[in-house]
Amino acid sequence: MAVILECRDLTKYFRVGRNKQGPVYLRAVDGVSFEVQEGETLGLVGESGSGKSTLAYTIVGMYRPTGGHILFRGQDIGMEADRRSMALKKEIQIVFQDPGSSLNPRRTIGQILGLPLVLHRGLRGAAQEEAAIELLRKVELPPEYLLKSPSSIGGGEKQMVAIARALASEPSMVVLDEPTSALDVSVQAKIINKLIALQREMNLTYLFITHDLSVIRNVATRIAIMYLGRLCELAQAAEFFEQPEHPYTRMLISSVPVISDEEERLKPKKVESRGEIPSPVNIPSGCSFHPRCPERASVCSKVNPEMVLVRPGHYVRCHQFTSCWSDTKKVGEIG
Amino acid sequence: MPEEILLDIKGLNVWYRVYGGYLKVVHNLSLQVYRGERVGLVGEAGCGKTTTMKAILRILPESVAHIPRGEIIFRGRDVLKMNRAELQKLRSRGIAMIFQDPTSALNPVFTVGEQLEDVIRFALPPEERQKKRIHDIAVQALKEVYLPDQERILQSYPVQLSGGMRQRICISMAITTPRELLIADEPGTSLDVTIQDQILRLLRELVEKHGTSIILITHSLGVARQMTDRIYVMYAGSIVEAAPSATLFKEPLHPYTVGLLASVPKISGGGIAEGIPGRIPNYLNPPNGCRFQPRCSLSDDRCLSQSPPILDVGGGHYVACFRYER
Ligand SMILES: Nc1ncnc2c1ncn2[C@@H]1O[C@H](COP(=O)(O)OP(=O)(O)OP(=O)(O)O)[C@@H](O)[C@H]1O
Ligand SMILES: Nc1ncnc2c1ncn2[C@@H]1O[C@H](COP(=O)(O)OP(=O)(O)OP(=O)(O)O)[C@@H](O)[C@H]1O
Ligand code: SF4
Ligand SMILES: [Mg+2]
Ligand SMILES: [Mg+2]
Repeated sequence: MAVILECRDLTKYFRVGRNKQGPVYLRAVDGVSFEVQEGETLGLVGESGSGKSTLAYTIVGMYRPTGGHILFRGQDIGMEADRRSMALKKEIQIVFQDPGSSLNPRRTIGQILGLPLVLHRGLRGAAQEEAAIELLRKVELPPEYLLKSPSSIGGGEKQMVAIARALASEPSMVVLDEPTSALDVSVQAKIINKLIALQREMNLTYLFITHDLSVIRNVATRIAIMYLGRLCELAQAAEFFEQPEHPYTRMLISSVPVISDEEERLKPKKVESRGEIPSPVNIPSGCSFHPRCPERASVCSKVNPEMVLVRPGHYVRCHQFTSCWSDTKKVGEIG
Repeated sequence: MPEEILLDIKGLNVWYRVYGGYLKVVHNLSLQVYRGERVGLVGEAGCGKTTTMKAILRILPESVAHIPRGEIIFRGRDVLKMNRAELQKLRSRGIAMIFQDPTSALNPVFTVGEQLEDVIRFALPPEERQKKRIHDIAVQALKEVYLPDQERILQSYPVQLSGGMRQRICISMAITTPRELLIADEPGTSLDVTIQDQILRLLRELVEKHGTSIILITHSLGVARQMTDRIYVMYAGSIVEAAPSATLFKEPLHPYTVGLLASVPKISGGGIAEGIPGRIPNYLNPPNGCRFQPRCSLSDDRCLSQSPPILDVGGGHYVACFRYER
């Protein structure tokens, strides 16, 4: 399998004010490296405010990176979207969480789909209408919908339209930023099944952002966890759930709300999350998770752990897997 | 089980006027909330959950929303008959609502601080409205919902914050002053499960400390199971099933509830279910009989022509389906 997208030490800082020392930056994405394989679904899960959407927007070109590289099929595309070539823009598309506000209520669905069809494929008139009907067919909506306004259709259907719009340019990669979190589980199931079918049909690669671990368990090839602007674990989906290694991952999985006692028993022992959530303006020293970590040792507040390969394809950023850990333990044993 | 009924909705109907007629959305809906009780409300996107909650607070858009029938009794008074002053009091003291969509609940042109401090100022008696005091309460309110950098957040505009941060700001606005009923419309959708867990614990403490009742609307059935005493399942504007939470998950009865529970993805894997076939009915011309009939594999002729009554199957479990008639 070929690598379609690679982020190398990608950073995105926002300037949020200044103090005596000079400007103050918020490190929303703080040195993220990963590869996405062609045709896979990479799940991206993480804390609220950990920088997932910022990472997504940077990849699709809505933000210019502060540092690092984004390689698309080997070509560095880390410049802003308005400087990306049309040929490149059409390749990476995005679907937002809230279909209500991402579709203009003053346009018909035909007009909404028409825009990218003109822009990326030069289609007008009858050819455009035909292509728009074909897009609706892909998401199982009838042709009459071309004349409807987004405000007159349901939430699930709006999200189907947003997906159709993202597919209009015939992209090879689609970033899905919480595409179903506003929907009930039955409508969600239909949308995800549709996304899986479209992926096969059009050979799409997905970067799928969600808070729902039960969903990601069932759709992702691999899963990455983000905490305060950095990745802290990356593994194949099944292994990720069977052998989670990072303490934050274990906390996440143990907090997943489930609907039966059997599933309750499958979860790791509950690790309760307490206390304040640290800030991306003032990232804690050492391992940024240490203030909330139930397994921390003395080294954790001092040294920032490196990402370590613990098993084939399974990466973890935690001192329990670095050489520092045995040293710390020794200190413990002496004391 | 607490006994005093705080909220009693009886036979509520809500219609929206649109081009070509009325959308008959909420249909003969009845629902009770006892004092200190945590009630869950679940159902398909577009089934009318938010509409019902807005009716309780009388904040539906008056130009299009119409309530042809029904009563909403809060502490013995019909909200639908209240005057301006009573409504004002209901909204500032009686009931608070956490809105589903934090992006539209917050005004993009004001900072978070300006908006939050406004809410706090309004709730304080005039003699206590000092700038410093209001600011301190605002900082504390953000701490309570586990937001870091309170000062930065107060100075930020909504677009500068992540979805989950905006959501917690809306929660903090709703809980700064204690109320008798808190309506939480999807309070956890943009939060990761560890913070969601912390927020839900916070809501639970509110119930215990102030005896607040909660209506929790959520698409996460796991959250509903964990957080509520009783659950109402809504389909196309009507309640189709109500039961103590544990009972509902062990013994779902209504075909819609059964389909909904089967759609929940499992953390143990096994793929994504198909979802319930079909779509929610057109509210301009909803089915005459059971509103779920067009999607129900168990329906017969009677379901086509008659609305099923709400049947008491015992143990506080109610279901609106002919199959459970004795
Ligand atoms: N335009 C902006 N200006 C300043 N700060 C921003 C901006 N956009 C995002 N941020 C900050 O960057 C951080 C990461 O935000 P982001 O929206 O990427 O988080 P997220 O992981 O998508 O969170 P959620 O799960 O809540 O959607 C937050 O602290 C947020 O306040
Ligand atoms: N102002 C309005 N004018 C016309 N129709 C409306 C209006 N507000 C809501 N509706 C319609 O009423 C129905 C119920 O909407 P409501 O928002 O109450 O559903 P919900 O159960 O809260 O859905 P969700 O789970 O998506 O939040 C929908 O079909 C919606 O399109
Ligand atoms: S490095 Fe230390 S603090 Fe960080 S996750 Fe590992 S044990 Fe916890
Ligand atoms: Mg986000
Ligand atoms: Mg709603």
